[in-house]
Amino acid sequence: MDVPSKGTAGGAQRTAARPPARTDVTVSVNGAVERIKVDNRASLLDVLRERLGLTGAKKGCDHGQCGACTVLLDGRRVNACLILAVTVDQAEVVTVEGLTDGTRLHPLQAAFIERDAFQCGYCTPGQLCSAVGMLAEAAKGRASAVTADLADDAPVLDEAEIRERMSGNLCRCGAYPNIVAAIGEVAG
Amino acid sequence: MRFLRPHTWAEALGAKAEFPDALPLMGGTDVMVDVNFGRARPNALLDLTAIPELRTWAPDGDALRVGAGVTYARLVSELADRLPALAAASRTVGSPQIRNRGTAGGNLGSASPAGDAHPPLLAGGAEVELESVRGARRVAVEEFFAGPKRSVLEPDELIAGFRARPATGPQYFAKVGTRNAMVIAVCSFALALRPGEGVGTGIGSAGPTPLRAYAAEEFLAGELADRWEKRDALPGPVIGEFAELVAGAARPIDDVRGTADYRAHVLRVLARRTLTWAWADHCEGGAGCA
Repeated sequence: MDVPSKGTAGGAQRTAARPPARTDVTVSVNGAVERIKVDNRASLLDVLRERLGLTGAKKGCDHGQCGACTVLLDGRRVNACLILAVTVDQAEVVTVEGLTDGTRLHPLQAAFIERDAFQCGYCTPGQLCSAVGMLAEAAKGRASAVTADLADDAPVLDEAEIRERMSGNLCRCGAYPNIVAAIGEVAG
Repeated sequence: MRFLRPHTWAEALGAKAEFPDALPLMGGTDVMVDVNFGRARPNALLDLTAIPELRTWAPDGDALRVGAGVTYARLVSELADRLPALAAASRTVGSPQIRNRGTAGGNLGSASPAGDAHPPLLAGGAEVELESVRGARRVAVEEFFAGPKRSVLEPDELIAGFRARPATGPQYFAKVGTRNAMVIAVCSFALALRPGEGVGTGIGSAGPTPLRAYAAEEFLAGELADRWEKRDALPGPVIGEFAELVAGAARPIDDVRGTADYRAHVLRVLARRTLTWAWADHCEGGAGCA
C-alpha cells in the first residue's frame, strides 16, 4: 500500500508530523507518458490545465454540473473536475487536444465545424470528448434512459437518444440543435 | 492531506482502522464537490478505486452480492434484468459522465436522503455489508440511515457492498426534478412487487433519511394476496389508498427544491403511477422493466 511516510522517526509523533502533501503520479496523457508530482488535493482538471498546459478542458462549474471539463479516462468519459489527480496513477487520459492526429481533425470536430455546432466554443472541448465517449458506449449497446427496448444491443441514435446521452454537457449559447445534428451525422 | 491508496481490501480495512478520520473515496462524484469548494477539508483521503474485489458482483445463495465499487453505468448494463428498479434509478443518476464513476456504494456512504440508489435498495429489501478489522456485519438498508447524510457506519468501518435478492416480479423507480440530468430529485419513489409474497417500497428526498412506507406495503400486500393469481384489474380505490399511505409515510420539509405539500402530492402521483405500471406488467405476466 502506498502509505506516505510518517515524517518522524518511528512515527511516535504521528499527530505532530505533517503527512506529505504531494504524490508522484505516472499517467499517459494523449499518448505521452507524464511523470509528475501532484498536490494531493488537486483535481485532474487543474493538473491538466495548470501543470501540463492542456487548456482544452474547461473549468465551467468545478462540480460536475456543466461537463465542460469532460475528458476520456481509460476510454470512458468523465468530469475531470471530479477526479482527484493523485488517483489517475497508471491511467490513460485523452483530452480534446488528443482527438486529432495532429493533421486531420477527428470526424466529430469536422462535423462540429461543418454544422456550426457552437457559438462561443467554451463548452466545445467537453462536448467533443463527451460525444467520443458516448459513441463508444452506444457501440457497446448501452441503453439510455430513453431507450425503449433495453434488450436492443444496437440502439438507434436518433435526436432523443443523442440529447439524453449528451445531457451531461451544457451549452450556455444554446447551440444544441446543431450539436445534436453534428453528432447525428457522425453517428450515421 | 494524507493520501492513502490501498491495493487490497485487507489493506483498506487496516488503513481505516489506523486513520478513522480518512474520508473514503470511490467515484469521487460527491466527495470532490465538497473538496473543490472547500466544504470538506479531510485530513486524509482513502482511495478505494485500486481494490479489484470492490468492483465485482456475483450471485451468493439466493441473493446477489454487489461490490461497493460497481459503477452506475455497470448496474445499468450488467444488472438491469436482476435489479430492474436499481438499474432504472442508475440510468437517471447525474449525467453519463457521473454514472461512469459514481457507485451505489458511494451513494450509501454519502447517505443523502436524496440518493437515487436508496429507494430501489429499500424496495428490494437490500442489506448493506459493513466491514472493519473487527469483523463484518450486515445491516438492512432501512436501518443503515441515521439522519441526513448520516449512517450507522462506525469510524473504522467501510462499506464492502450490498446484497439484494434478484427481482421476482415487476419493479419501478420514478422521480421528479426540474430536468432529467444533473439535478437532485425533488422526490423519488421505488416499488417492487414480489408475486405471492409481498411488496417493497422506498421513498427518496421526502424525509431526513430515505424511508420505507410500511403501512402502504402492508395494505397492498393484503389487497394483492388473492389477486396475484387472478391478475385482474386493481380497483381505483386500492391504488388511491396505497398512494395516500405512501404520502403519509413521508416526512418532507420545505426547501429550495420544493415544498412539503408538493412533495406529498408528488409521492401520491409516483406511487399511483408505479403501481399501475407494475401491476399491468404482472397481469401481462412480464418480468417488468422500468
